[in-house]
Amino acid sequence: MKMKKTLLTTLALAFAFSLAACGNNNNNSNSGSSSSPSASPSASASASAPAETVSGSVIAVGSSAMQGLAQAVADDFMAQDAYKDVSVTVQAGGSGTGLSQVSDGQADIGNSDIFAEEKLEADKAAELVDHKIAVVAMAAVTHKDVGVDNLTKQQLVDIFTGKITNWKDVGGADQKIVIVNRPSSSGTRATFEKFALGTTTEDLQGSIQEDSSGTVKKLVNETPGAIGYLALSYLDDSIVALKYEGVEPTTENVATNAYPVWAYEHMYTKGEPTPAAKAYIDYVMSDEIQNGFVIEEGFVPVSAMKVERDAAGNVTNK
Amino acid sequence: MNLPAPNSREDLATKPNKFRKHVMEELRGKAFVYFCVLLLVITIFSIVYFIASRGLTPFLSQGVSIKDMLFGLKWKPEGNPPLFGALPFLFGSFATSILAAVIAAPLGFCAAVFMTEIMPKFGKSALQPAIELLAGIPSVVYGFVGLSVVVPFYRDTFPGQGIGIMAGATVLSIMILPTVTTIATDALRSLPNGLKEGSYALGATRWQTIYRMILPTALPSLLTGVVLGIARAFGEALAVQMVIGNAPHIPHSLFESATTLTSIITQSMGNTTSGSLHNNALWSLALILLLMTFLFVFIVRVLERRVKR
Amino acid sequence: MRAKTVDRIATAVIVCVAGFIILLLAALLGYLLVRGLGHISFDFLTSAPQALKAGGGIGPQLFNSVFLLVLTMIITVPLGIGAGIYMSEYAKDNKLTAFIRLIVEVLSSFPSIVIGLFGLLVIVNTFGFGYSLLSGALALTIFNLPMMVRLTEQSLRSVPKEQKEAGLALGLSRWKTITSVMIPVALPSIVTGSILAAGRVFGEAAALLFTAGMSSPRLDFSNWNPLSPTSPLNPMRPAETLAVHIWKINSEGLAPDAPEIAAGASAVLVIMVLLFNLGARWLGRVVYRKLTASK
Repeated sequence: MKMKKTLLTTLALAFAFSLAACGNNNNNSNSGSSSSPSASPSASASASAPAETVSGSVIAVGSSAMQGLAQAVADDFMAQDAYKDVSVTVQAGGSGTGLSQVSDGQADIGNSDIFAEEKLEADKAAELVDHKIAVVAMAAVTHKDVGVDNLTKQQLVDIFTGKITNWKDVGGADQKIVIVNRPSSSGTRATFEKFALGTTTEDLQGSIQEDSSGTVKKLVNETPGAIGYLALSYLDDSIVALKYEGVEPTTENVATNAYPVWAYEHMYTKGEPTPAAKAYIDYVMSDEIQNGFVIEEGFVPVSAMKVERDAAGNVTNK
Repeated sequence: MNLPAPNSREDLATKPNKFRKHVMEELRGKAFVYFCVLLLVITIFSIVYFIASRGLTPFLSQGVSIKDMLFGLKWKPEGNPPLFGALPFLFGSFATSILAAVIAAPLGFCAAVFMTEIMPKFGKSALQPAIELLAGIPSVVYGFVGLSVVVPFYRDTFPGQGIGIMAGATVLSIMILPTVTTIATDALRSLPNGLKEGSYALGATRWQTIYRMILPTALPSLLTGVVLGIARAFGEALAVQMVIGNAPHIPHSLFESATTLTSIITQSMGNTTSGSLHNNALWSLALILLLMTFLFVFIVRVLERRVKR
Repeated sequence: MRAKTVDRIATAVIVCVAGFIILLLAALLGYLLVRGLGHISFDFLTSAPQALKAGGGIGPQLFNSVFLLVLTMIITVPLGIGAGIYMSEYAKDNKLTAFIRLIVEVLSSFPSIVIGLFGLLVIVNTFGFGYSLLSGALALTIFNLPMMVRLTEQSLRSVPKEQKEAGLALGLSRWKTITSVMIPVALPSIVTGSILAAGRVFGEAAALLFTAGMSSPRLDFSNWNPLSPTSPLNPMRPAETLAVHIWKINSEGLAPDAPEIAAGASAVLVIMVLLFNLGARWLGRVVYRKLTASK
């Protein structure tokens, strides 16, 4: 049994190698027939691509909220002729894991929902180079029957600290409030607390903590009286997105900071990125991706932002 | 795999050569099996070492006291000062797994009696495969069903949001039912026949025989199954996390959000950076899980010793 | 009279419980299959998942599950059989053996999340294997090894003593006796058992979240060079298995048909487990018949 398996593997290997060799031959003959023999075949294929081919592998680890975007861009990136020798691997695992792994050199790119300064020690954070690739905005969401469509900052604080426990106190139905929060380690929660509440909160008795947006959405949709918060990409008709201080959570309002509950999505590299990683990050930052995948996935392109915010939370006009 | 080599050819070889060949063969074989066993030993020691090395850091060098962790009620790892009271997690883990065992044990015992005493044929052809299949269903699928069926059911039937210890225990009880049933069935099957026949001969009914003779005799084995079930429930992560709610508090009712050791680890491990106090505290929780495993194995051993006696 | 009534009631209760368990399983399977089967099609089983659009499939995940299983078994089977041979044939009845037995028992009851964390710390980070199929396979080996050891030991012990003694009497070395006389006799139960143990690989998710990862890079199914990063055979690439995919879709799925995909994938997973259970028994019987007929 085992011998057979080994034999099969060897055969498969041999076959694969011979195929690869054939492929190379073909490539060579192609480039030979093209006008400039010195140029690599891929460079001549795409006009917008840089002159030399980049190769190597890039490992990007971190935020699960960013994984969809990073993976979609990576697939598109590797499909480009100029980058077909680059392999980009995108791995979820949480912002903390991403930051640790890029800081320890196990990953080339650390995807994070929050500034490295908020998680890592200062000296380690200083080694990392920040690439802000998109902006994510969050909206407080409630169950459909709650009957509230706007909450002020103070009302939100009172709800999330347990001072208000019934929706009728904020003008809604006579129903008990059920908080669907994130775990205290979550980057999404950190953003929500910092920019929507302006204070950190404790996990209340009886509140629900879920790390994943899908579960939060499901629970808010099903549980009467539930309130939670979700990134804009998760909003749909099954739940009600609330206005914050009367401002609707829309891309335009986020861009002007009129709706302040947003954060950057970061790709961190240790020092300057490797050529392959740089090519990938540049590709993410290109207009096509920023106006394509980034918007499709419910993020706000960094270029659309009219303001800038630093790690300490200070906002400046661009 | 290794087919027997034809021996006739070897007969032609000279004797000392053959002897040497045998010795070499034996040595190589021995080296291989010793290597395998060594690997087992190394694996377990490295698991304990690596998890302890991370898990003990908060106590040794980051100023968290073991007492605070085991008996503290407040888990505020990002607070100022950070608090690491893991009692709610311990409570949640014990409550869900023991409650799951309380649900699963009678079911498993009845199933075992059914398969051995009442309808052995039907039991073997229908019930046993059914229970083995339950064991094969992956835990994420249980979590998925729990979140889509069990939680809404409890939400509509009882006050509260449906999530909580009861929902977790319900899902876990189905997951550990195969463990409990299989061990109970084996125990009942291995009872000496004379015991039963003697009881029937004395005019006892089937239930009297089961209740007075079989149950007491097989009790240590039945308990072994229950403890193994609790151990499995204690370590289960994903299915429980999906239905329990994860609030770091001791709940006031079975239908209020609670949490377990495993679910807090799965939720927060990826969000924290390695080396941070929060992250190390999570490793401490993993260390507690590890120690609990040792405890469960110890209890099972004690029970097994009683079976032998 | 009263004792008889009690007996009847007790019997009725027990029969009811047994029926309840069968009903429960039927309901569980029915629920999963009814919700999932409608979504299963050839396209669903072979196409790649979609992050945003509807109509994504589970092709790579299905492949990953199977490939991970094969990798795990390649590592587990020789090691498990080796240690099993030691336990049944070479181990002396002393404290050391009792200790090793204890280790096997403890190892088999470790929670999967602890193994996953250990894998993250040691295999992924310290060894530098990264989130990869190989890391996942090694972590799963830790799981399956104790089962494999116990299984081999039991199967070898159940080999009739005469057969073993006959081998030794023929002048075969102990090792030769084990490999060419005893193992073939014990093979049917080893095969059945190891397939059943392998079935657990399909369902495992907690340990794989931390070791094999949650992403499935684009796979090029025409590229069978195991060293190429887009090759399905490359053991160093991250791989999301079916069980992990269900977990991820439930938690972060953005595709509009995420619930249907989760239901479909759950149904596929359950069907695979069913097939595995049946297949293991069938293969065990076939091996048994072949070996007993030819000898």
